[in-house]
Amino acid sequence: MRTIDLATTPLRALNEDLHRQKDGANEAKWEVLNPRGAHAVAAGVDAPISVDVKGSVGYYCAGMNKKAAITVHGSAGPGVAENMMSGKVVIKGDASQYAGATGRGGLLVIEGNASSRCGISMKGIDIIVKGNIGHMSAFMAQSGSLVVLGDAGDALGDSIYEAKLFVRGKVKSLGADCIEKEMRPEHHEALGKLLEQAGFTGVKSSEFKRYGSARKLYNFNIDNADAY
Amino acid sequence: MCGIVGLFLKDKKLEPQLGAMLSTMLGTMCERGPDSAGFAIYGDAHKGKTKITVQSATPSADFANLTSLIKSETGAAAEIAVKSTHAVLTVPSDKADAVCEAIRAKHPSIRIMGVGENIEIYKEVGYPTDVAKQFDLVHMTGSHAIGHTRMATESAVTTLGAHPFSTGPDQCLVHNGSLSNHNSVRRLLKRDGMTFETENDTEVAAAYLTWRMKQGLNLGDALNKSLDDLDGFFNFVVGTKNGFGVIRDPIACKPAVMAETDEYVAFGSEYRALVNLPGIDKARVWEPEPATVYFWER
Repeated sequence: MRTIDLATTPLRALNEDLHRQKDGANEAKWEVLNPRGAHAVAAGVDAPISVDVKGSVGYYCAGMNKKAAITVHGSAGPGVAENMMSGKVVIKGDASQYAGATGRGGLLVIEGNASSRCGISMKGIDIIVKGNIGHMSAFMAQSGSLVVLGDAGDALGDSIYEAKLFVRGKVKSLGADCIEKEMRPEHHEALGKLLEQAGFTGVKSSEFKRYGSARKLYNFNIDNADAY
Repeated sequence: MCGIVGLFLKDKKLEPQLGAMLSTMLGTMCERGPDSAGFAIYGDAHKGKTKITVQSATPSADFANLTSLIKSETGAAAEIAVKSTHAVLTVPSDKADAVCEAIRAKHPSIRIMGVGENIEIYKEVGYPTDVAKQFDLVHMTGSHAIGHTRMATESAVTTLGAHPFSTGPDQCLVHNGSLSNHNSVRRLLKRDGMTFETENDTEVAAAYLTWRMKQGLNLGDALNKSLDDLDGFFNFVVGTKNGFGVIRDPIACKPAVMAETDEYVAFGSEYRALVNLPGIDKARVWEPEPATVYFWER
């Protein structure tokens, strides 16, 4: 295992080292000490390695992640796993705003709460939050799933496209064009798989409600012309 | 962008270290605001005395005979402690208004930064760690303190445009964000007798809270009212003689982290600002909710 201490190694040296790792890298396990809120820790990794970050991080941790399994043993600042392509990112604490924003694939697990704009403009990523999420989450979400074991804040799924939202607790309000939808067998199955992947046992898919697009904002409606 | 740091001590044993702790916090936020920096520090009160923090671009000329001039202009016996471009005048409280009037009328090159029994305010253009060094923040003591690093958006990079802004006795406010209705609110407050030193949006927010507190509201209620009347992006951290408050606008896109232990309450624009605080590993750390008032009093 490679251990890199950010108290003594510059952040750029860490990230350059991580960027050198490719498929079949022999250094499969990495540990990062003393992140102390640093920005862009382990951003842009493109290799099937595991990175354990021992502490809390600042902005854009694990951004653009491909293939790697990155675990933050603390909380994450704004934009964690932003534009993730694949792999798995786990936050043991809380995540700040726009967690998983624009993510195209992979799995983001937040074991605490996520704040506002979680999964904004998500495009295929799966996000599972054990706690609550803040306002304007899944805004313009295009595809992928957002699973929330706690409550969701105001304007959930505003202007949503085809992402699937599953919330176990209360939803403070739904955004424009977001409605509650029926949980069909395929949704129970998909949600069950996601819960299993995240390691959240003892939670049944039947405890969740599903939300998605009413598909009323997809095309311009001439009856709304006066609104512009 | 801008960076905010704030520290409200619950444990008196930490008071001698307040300046050192705030100085470290401020230093972590340089990248968020390299234009200028400032801080307000609430130190000991002396019975019957008021502190007036003043600033001058030509301190050696302006501060040399200031106490004797004040004596002849107002009859007040003032003590002066000069710190670089700033000086703290300590005057009998019943003469404080007269001294402020005399400074405004007869010493146009001296600017009043803040007035109160406890508050001292220092702010200058420059890199935040240099500004902290210039005023020897590291050796200051007190019960609570608020600091700011500025990346200017709404008005010029000047000493008076730096934060904190103080618009009432022992009150101060720092801001990350920008207000969009500050001109109309300024006009309204001016009609009600408030005065302004700058065209800065943050000064309007500070004056707005002073105005609300003059109406008899406590800090928490004044902050709640600001959600109705101020439009724009804001994280405010506010100090009063014995209080410390935090509020974020309902959209809450400006970053904020708080930490609380039995010893202190701390605010940082980022977690980096909090990492050196004692016991941070065991502290309750959370992101303040949008449109929610947090305040502590001692």
